Amino acid sequence: MAAVAERPARPSTEAARSDTVTFRVWRGDASAGEYREYTVALDEGMVVLDVIHRIQATQAGDLAVRWNCKAGKCGSCSAEINGKPRLMCMTRMDTFERGQVITVSPIKTFPLIRDLVTDVSFNFERAKEVPAFKPKAPDPDGKRRMHQEDVDRVQEFHKCIECFLCQNVCHVIRDHEDNKQHFAGPRLFVRLAALEMHPLDTNDRRELLKARAGLGYCNITKCCTEVCPEHIHITDNAIIPLKERVVTEFYDPVAWLARKLTGRDRRRGIVE
Amino acid sequence: MASESHETHEYDVVIIGAGGAGLRAAIEASAAGVKTALICKSLLGKAHTVMAEGGIAAALGNVWPEDNWKVHFRDTMRGGKMLNNWRMAQIHAQESPDRVLELEEWGALFDRTKDGLILQRDFGGHRYARLAHVGDRTGLEMIRTLQQHAVHKGIDVFMECNIQRLLKDGHKIAGAFGYWRESGGFVLFKAKAIVLATGGIGRSWKVTSNSWECTGDGIALALNAGAELIDMEMVQFHPTGMIWPPSVRGLLVTEGVRGDGGTLRNNSGERFMFRYIPEFFKAETADNETEADAWYTDKANNRRTPDLLPRDEVARAINAEAKAGRGSPHGGVFLDIASRRPADYIMKRLPSMYHQFMELAGVDITKEAMEIGPTCHYAMGGVRVDADTTATDVPGLFAAGEVAAGLHGANRLGGNSLSDLVVFGRRAGQYAAAYAKALRAQPLVDAGEVEQVARELLVPLTSHGGDNAYAIHAQLQECMQNNVGLIRVENEMIEALDVIASLKRRLPNVTVAGGRHYNPGWHLALDLQNMLAVSEACTRAALARKESRGGHTRDDFPSTDERFAMVNVVVRARDGELTLSDEPLPEMPDELKALFEEAH
Repeated sequence: MAAVAERPARPSTEAARSDTVTFRVWRGDASAGEYREYTVALDEGMVVLDVIHRIQATQAGDLAVRWNCKAGKCGSCSAEINGKPRLMCMTRMDTFERGQVITVSPIKTFPLIRDLVTDVSFNFERAKEVPAFKPKAPDPDGKRRMHQEDVDRVQEFHKCIECFLCQNVCHVIRDHEDNKQHFAGPRLFVRLAALEMHPLDTNDRRELLKARAGLGYCNITKCCTEVCPEHIHITDNAIIPLKERVVTEFYDPVAWLARKLTGRDRRRGIVE
Repeated sequence: MASESHETHEYDVVIIGAGGAGLRAAIEASAAGVKTALICKSLLGKAHTVMAEGGIAAALGNVWPEDNWKVHFRDTMRGGKMLNNWRMAQIHAQESPDRVLELEEWGALFDRTKDGLILQRDFGGHRYARLAHVGDRTGLEMIRTLQQHAVHKGIDVFMECNIQRLLKDGHKIAGAFGYWRESGGFVLFKAKAIVLATGGIGRSWKVTSNSWECTGDGIALALNAGAELIDMEMVQFHPTGMIWPPSVRGLLVTEGVRGDGGTLRNNSGERFMFRYIPEFFKAETADNETEADAWYTDKANNRRTPDLLPRDEVARAINAEAKAGRGSPHGGVFLDIASRRPADYIMKRLPSMYHQFMELAGVDITKEAMEIGPTCHYAMGGVRVDADTTATDVPGLFAAGEVAAGLHGANRLGGNSLSDLVVFGRRAGQYAAAYAKALRAQPLVDAGEVEQVARELLVPLTSHGGDNAYAIHAQLQECMQNNVGLIRVENEMIEALDVIASLKRRLPNVTVAGGRHYNPGWHLALDLQNMLAVSEACTRAALARKESRGGHTRDDFPSTDERFAMVNVVVRARDGELTLSDEPLPEMPDELKALFEEAH
């Protein structure tokens, strides 16, 4: 498999080359399917999604694929390209060796609908369980003030484009379908971290994290962080701080005693 | 033919489209206590709003206390070359600060000022730094905030569901009919009121910043239902789209690059915008580099850089430079922030732009200039609505966001779109709910009509004509790009109408491989009907406006003409044919007129 370069080379300014490329694309639905080969012309600067579109336009009009922005901003076109989970719109063709046959398959953790399209409704259902944002009272003049440094940390989580590649590679659910019952997955942990660390939020989600979201199942192998196209430090900045908060809440005897004595919950237990 | 089965749902208010406007409408309608459905063609949170970059315009006055709704109103009207519906522009300027603060109340995290308030950035045509933003991914922040808020309110969302026809009971709205993209099964929504929030039309052009969804569905649905369109000739070509490599041509480069200090240069390094300052903006635009650069930090004593003239002006200037042989290697010009701002500032302010150029073009924007050129970006025109209520002239049909027309006149200012979505999305939800509540009985859907529509939708799957939907789409894009683009002329537009007519004749011959199960070829064949309807309406309106104004530039009528200064070109469909008429703009009250008489 060709490695994806850190800094892609600049496309040359010469006239488009009359190259072709061969793709093996998964075709089929939940009942049956196979890889089929398509060879199409390749132009300067194309990405994998451009090739898929060209296959659609010239050879397989019914090839099912999700995409929207083709700019890495919407997170719709997740797939496994030569076995590596990526956004098709951000994978440049010139990062592969010329002449190499490229295999494109649907992401594997979610049920197949057709061809490259999977049923990702699991993620939308899990999102409904998250206790909503609940802001504290505004400042006395009615305004809300937050410092950029406090906002920066949460803005990292808000970069998430919901491509679900992190969910796709998380072995807790990729390899164990049963775990979907009691494990929300890295995308939801990023969402929960964004809420828990929001400077204005007052809601408490630690019970959810410990129980239904199944934070404890994550054994921080960082697979999610590695595939994140937005380069969110999912494990270090979202999951580990959440784990520490849950530990403080449920297993720290000092915190337990403090709660008993004061009758109050410690809201902000973030470990930097 | 056997009858086609379909599932049926019944709602008070059905909202078509789940970008910023649709989500905001759904939240409002649901809060008003009516049964609300939100329908979207893609997964929730993927609508074109997600691509908005630079910010949301609102006269919060956090950075420049001198700013207020009157200044924002004036900027919006002047940017729109006074063709705007004054009342929409007034409501928009007055309500957008509250809508921005509401997003914050729902969890949005905008960049901050030193005192911890919402930071605002400079953008074209705005007198003061006015755009609340999150780096260069403001749309993502907005759609996610609205999406999560709507989810927590328990609103019913129908994802990957494509509405093809509005249904009426007499003259009133009665429902909507469409298909599930996944199964291909049909679905009927019985509804008392419908809100169109379907967004833009850019997929009819070849070089566009728009996603696949922008096929003008709402425009076609409204026309078919008997509603009126205005300003369809007003299409915004954003001055800065990527142009190289070819596969990313059209991808948006945010105006924030110029707002944060970037400048346009030609191939000799000249900042050419100083040669393109129109008379209309002379008094408020810097005529030398020193003053333009000083304006970023001292707005009281300097005039605005011409790099930030309204988008129509900048797009024409770029086009002229490239045509005169002073362009970049691939036919655009250069956008340079590398030589003007430190690398860490660029990385902080424009992270997505850095990423986009690095990944897709191999260009490091902190070290070298970007190559850019105009790209089809936004429809100022669309469904004619009542300014206060967003009601169309079809009872029960409302429209908000890009699909609606009036707010932006002949040209939209950057940042005024995101604010449009939430200001008028909220109003659409509010008034659609009120209409639904006031309606005594659920309107009746004609079962025979539903049958008929269902049969029509299946034609591409059974036709044996052998034509290819993708090829027709490519030909339409080529035609609109070349003949109804940034610069227009009569004979080319007449040619475009011929091409559109011939493509329409070919539609029944489109043959689609495969069946109904998640079949993009079938979906495109159906979307093409909408794209062709939009293209025809746009071209006909562009022929009718024999002048140049805002987003509509005629090579054969290069200046503005008083005869067209105060009229909208109105398009209606009657018996399957489009009819056009010029109709006067609503008259602005004297106290607002006075705002334009001040010296600037």
